[in-house]
Amino acid sequence: MNPDFEPEVLEFRDRLEKEAEEGGYHLNPDREMTLMLAEGLLVNRKRYGYLLCPCRMGEGVMERDLDIICPCDYRDADLDEYGQCYCALYVSREVLEGKREIKGQIPERRPEPEELERKREESRAKARAGRESMPLWRCKVCGYLAARGNPPEVCPICKAGRERFEQFSLGGDGPPVPLWRCKVCGYLAARGNPPEVCPICKAGRERFEQFPL
Amino acid sequence: MFEEYLEMVEGEEGKHDLILFALSTCGWCRKARSFLDENKLPYRYVYVDLLEGDSQKEVFEEVKRRNPRKTFPTLVIDNEEVIAGFNEDKYREALL
Ligand code: SF4
Repeated sequence: MNPDFEPEVLEFRDRLEKEAEEGGYHLNPDREMTLMLAEGLLVNRKRYGYLLCPCRMGEGVMERDLDIICPCDYRDADLDEYGQCYCALYVSREVLEGKREIKGQIPERRPEPEELERKREESRAKARAGRESMPLWRCKVCGYLAARGNPPEVCPICKAGRERFEQFSLGGDGPPVPLWRCKVCGYLAARGNPPEVCPICKAGRERFEQFPL
Repeated sequence: MFEEYLEMVEGEEGKHDLILFALSTCGWCRKARSFLDENKLPYRYVYVDLLEGDSQKEVFEEVKRRNPRKTFPTLVIDNEEVIAGFNEDKYREALL
């Protein structure tokens, strides 16, 4: 429909690809699809001031759309389960290498707004009940953890902004998300499953173990 | 009525009455439109993200009614069947 993309779209797509590969993620090999999505992301940035997911309807208010700013909070879980993110901008290694096929759109993982609010409150309550002597911050995009007064301005692992961090606690009845440890370098991340590649030492997913608490 | 916001795309033979609710920025929505275009199926569509204020609300209500998960694209076939999300096999089976 729109096979001619503006130079800024081509450039933006290439930047996304470079950053993805550096972080152990992969863009969809369907180039046309990634260009359409890069174009959609840029349109949304102009329209809303942030990179709202191109395949979702946001509210246009940043605080309410935080979890669906690209890369969204659901990307990694969807890559694990389906080999693609909701928009199919990102795919897993298996898909990239042609060992797994993607055939269409996957179900929406984002909870309904009421459920989302309940989960936010739950994690705030858990963090308040924690025994940490200093706040522990978790990047909701990639699971990176840091113990410090405030979250960093930018996640050093996945580059998500400060507003994508949540306060996290290991105490009480255990963390709400499992902790994974890279057996090669000791990197720790709190997320559903270990990452495809260790962002620090590049060891594969199979080198991670669940960290006992 | 939300129908006033729909754009018409002509096609060859019209076996079904098709309405596509889409977002202008979404890759799957474009794939859905390409599928309909390539198979020369006539349809009506609307880009919900390009509407504003009350007209957007009105159309979004209709999407919600048809597909409670409110995802895009949502295809309504003959005012009856709904296909949420683009999947080429599902489109093929229902439309060709
Ligand atoms: S990572 Fe999430 S926000 Fe980004 S394109 Fe994929 S589904 Fe959309």
